[in-house]
Amino acid sequence: MATTDHGHATGTEVPGGAHAKGPFPPFDPATFAPQLIWLALIFGALYLLMSRIALPRVAGILEARRSLIASDLDDAAAMQRKAQLTSATYDKTLADAKAKAQGVAQQTRDQLAADSAAKHKTLEAELHAKLAVAESAIAQTKAQAMTHVTEIATAAAADIVAHLTGKPADAQAIANALASAKA
Amino acid sequence: MATGTAIDPIHQFIVAPLAQIRIGGVDAHFTNASLFMVIVLLAITFLMIVGTAQKSLVPGRLQAAAEMAYEFVASTVRGTTGTEGMKFFPLVFSLFMFVLFSNLIGLIPYTFTVTSQIVVTFALAALVILTVIIYGVARHGMHFLHLFVPSGVSPALLPFIVLIEVISFVSRPISLSVRLFANMLAGHITLKVFGAFVAMLLGSGAAAIIAPLPLAGIVALTAFELLVAFLQAYVFAILTCVYLNDALHPGH
Repeated sequence: MATTDHGHATGTEVPGGAHAKGPFPPFDPATFAPQLIWLALIFGALYLLMSRIALPRVAGILEARRSLIASDLDDAAAMQRKAQLTSATYDKTLADAKAKAQGVAQQTRDQLAADSAAKHKTLEAELHAKLAVAESAIAQTKAQAMTHVTEIATAAAADIVAHLTGKPADAQAIANALASAKA
Repeated sequence: MATGTAIDPIHQFIVAPLAQIRIGGVDAHFTNASLFMVIVLLAITFLMIVGTAQKSLVPGRLQAAAEMAYEFVASTVRGTTGTEGMKFFPLVFSLFMFVLFSNLIGLIPYTFTVTSQIVVTFALAALVILTVIIYGVARHGMHFLHLFVPSGVSPALLPFIVLIEVISFVSRPISLSVRLFANMLAGHITLKVFGAFVAMLLGSGAAAIIAPLPLAGIVALTAFELLVAFLQAYVFAILTCVYLNDALHPGH
């Protein structure tokens, strides 16, 4: 304590010239006690301020930022998944609609084809029937006509014979001749 | 400053009382050293507490600087001692910031460099070593002494090795404090000598022509001292971490 008082006295009484004679200032024991006391107070205060206020606050800021970035990234990933899901649903709907449209078109086409085939068939059948009727009519008319041909030929032959011979023709002979000519 | 004291590079280290305070017979003067400790405390508080008051998601300059300091020290602590050492993070952070701001503020002309006083650096180093010893003994008990007994050493060499380990442990607070103190002291003396040299040359007539040379030297030295100011704070912090790592994991 004596050295402390002595050093302190030189420091205060002759501030200008004391250092020239006194010890090298950083090694002056007189300054040790006040420096240590103030260092303890101030470093203690610094430690308390840092450990109680500053560092938890900075840690909080960094943690908040980190968690916000993480949650934003999660949100973005969820959105992307949702978008992909929506896109997949859309693709599926589109494919379904396409398939359905194709089905409807095919069905319609088939139906139309079936209808037209059926119509075609009935028409053909009708035409066949008409043709058959017409053919039978022709055949009938022909047969009728052919019977008339015999009559006409008989009459014509009788007339020709009567005209040529001047006497009535033998009907039997004409009929025989006609039959042989027909055959 | 009179011409007679122009070359007095020691004057800047004088601790001069500014206010008389006595606590129970103990000299507790508020000195210029105490004043600059308060300034350092206020500067750190301004950066770390006022700067982060807004808690912005996107930080401003001050908050970015505070976050950078936090991340820097945190990664140093985590890298040296592992996540277990993060319980000492406030201590290492306070030490780093105190030393860094003392060194940097001390570089401003007409200021006082708190860390140029051996008693201050030794007190900080002693705080580190006491923390290491107290925590090491509390956590590991006698196992903490394995710090001095490396495994895999032949029994013949063991006493010798243990002696070396003990000496190295005891010299830690000395090397830790003297390194910082000597760096600051030497740097500031050099700057002062070069500055006085400029003044002397200017006042010596014809030789004033070469006065810009030491001036350029001061500029270069100031840049170098800025690096040293940061580097010494970093060295102090990382050695603190290394020593704390011994307390956490003795016997490696």
